[in-house]
Amino acid sequence: MSEVALVEHRADPPRVPDAAWTGEPSGNLLRRHLRAAIFHRLCQGATFVGVAFLAVLLVQVVIEGWSFLDLDLLTSLPSRKADKMGIKASVVGTLWVISFTALFSVPIGIAAAVYLEEYARKGRLSTIIQVNISNLAGVPSIVYGILGLVVFVRALQMGHSILAGAFTLSLLILPVIIIASREAIRAVPSSVRLAAFALGATRWQTVRSHVLPAALPGILTGVILAVSRAIGEAAPLIILGVPIYHSMIPSAPTDDFTVLPLQIYEMAKRPQAEFHQVAAAAIVVLLTVLLLMNATAILIRHRWERRVI
Amino acid sequence: MTEPPSLHRSRSIRPVEDGVRVLLLACAVLSVVTTAAIVVVLTTEAASFFQTVSPTEFLFGTRWAPLLEPTSYGVLPLVCGTMLIVAGTAVVALPIGLGSAIYLSEYASARSRSIIKPILEILAGIPTVVYGYFALTFLTPAIRNFVQAEVFNALSASIVVGVMVLPMVASLCDDALRAVPQSLRQGAYALGATRSEVTTRVVVPAALSGILASFILALSRAIGETMAVTLAAGATPNLTVNPLESIQTMTAFIAQVSTGDADEDRIGKTIFAVAALLFTITLTMNLISHRIMKRFREVYE
Repeated sequence: MSEVALVEHRADPPRVPDAAWTGEPSGNLLRRHLRAAIFHRLCQGATFVGVAFLAVLLVQVVIEGWSFLDLDLLTSLPSRKADKMGIKASVVGTLWVISFTALFSVPIGIAAAVYLEEYARKGRLSTIIQVNISNLAGVPSIVYGILGLVVFVRALQMGHSILAGAFTLSLLILPVIIIASREAIRAVPSSVRLAAFALGATRWQTVRSHVLPAALPGILTGVILAVSRAIGEAAPLIILGVPIYHSMIPSAPTDDFTVLPLQIYEMAKRPQAEFHQVAAAAIVVLLTVLLLMNATAILIRHRWERRVI
Repeated sequence: MTEPPSLHRSRSIRPVEDGVRVLLLACAVLSVVTTAAIVVVLTTEAASFFQTVSPTEFLFGTRWAPLLEPTSYGVLPLVCGTMLIVAGTAVVALPIGLGSAIYLSEYASARSRSIIKPILEILAGIPTVVYGYFALTFLTPAIRNFVQAEVFNALSASIVVGVMVLPMVASLCDDALRAVPQSLRQGAYALGATRSEVTTRVVVPAALSGILASFILALSRAIGETMAVTLAAGATPNLTVNPLESIQTMTAFIAQVSTGDADEDRIGKTIFAVAALLFTITLTMNLISHRIMKRFREVYE
């Protein structure tokens, strides 16, 4: 069988003249291999650029902020003097606004994802909602600020309170939570649902007791990443009119506040180098929190992937 | 009562089921309400701006000076500033992002993939204000060592915005490249192609629509970026193509007005007109990108 194929193949005139093949790589082949090697190194180098940039950035802020990195930074209020400058007010403000943001956005986001994955029939409404969510994910954060300014700050007269900020940030991260939760829910094998249905469970019983627990690690990963995005967000809050310099510690959801990224912005804008150093110290604090959250998310996902697949 | 009675319709369970269903639907519909609210807010507020300023003057005027007498509301300098940032971002993020994606998908071992991908994710998770700080206090002084640049300049801002969107380009391109069927690569190898030839002549062309979609999405992200350009690129509406000069982007203008550097009553409306333009541009780009992406999915699934 194979001999026949071979003979038939030989019957075709060879396209590359055999005479050119001497057993040694010709100039052309060497050139092609050289080009391949260069291309390989170029792509490797491109990957290295991102990694190197991250390294330089981290080292730079740690070096700059080192002299101001102490407990006083965390426990002092903002000041006109760099050596007395603290970030307590903005850290507390961040904690307040992020707690409320998570409180609003996480249940709603997961609920929306559950509806789209488990309840919605393939129809016009679910297509509209889906297209809409992916578009919302691409809307610049500053536009959410405009929305919050008109709706929450002005129409609902919340002022630039913690609640107004939390509502705005919730709308901003909702698409992220929905998209991540949907992926996690979709990854739950349909056999889990079918088994529950077969035992007579209703749809909601199935979702609550089987699908959601199975999807929880994936949902958690998405939620952590979304919330960490909200922690670093400054632009929409600026549009709401949240003050970039604010020295009062908020004690109620209706209080005025500021957040850490806004205080970093305010300090970076000042001309004096000492304030840049305090800003760097504040950035170290902010990045530490975000890196820990990122690491947790990556860890959860890593374990989860291993378990399911 | 034409329907036969069935177990799960018993009175104790059914109301809960219906209630839950309505509640979940309400949460899903909230996203549609959000979009509608954005559109309504931007159109009504921008409409009241256009009662005093003609749309032609706004869109084609070459001088943006809402804060100075005589006032002038030509948005082109802001658009030009934004496009300068977009161009710089494209130069930084597109080749490096695609290169990283090619490395991750075609060259890297599973082990280095599992190290590099989280690093890129961390890069994507760094707040934009931190990038702005880095541009202002590190990149700009470094650039000024080599060339005569202003303290605020588009170059350092667009470098950091480029790095900011780099992980997104890399990750989306990586997805697109990995979606190319293995058989295409094997076919090319069988014909004696080197790995770079397989990549550049077979895999990349096959994934081109996904790559293009990621490019558009990344540039749309660059247009909407606020904090880094506000900190590093300046607050000078400037109709220039020189990246070493101070400029102002659309987003930076909105932020400037909101931080109270300006008298709010008089120019309060202008931010809505600029935001409406910003929203229109980014939405159009996102829709184009999704359209391209959808077509690309249809080919390989």
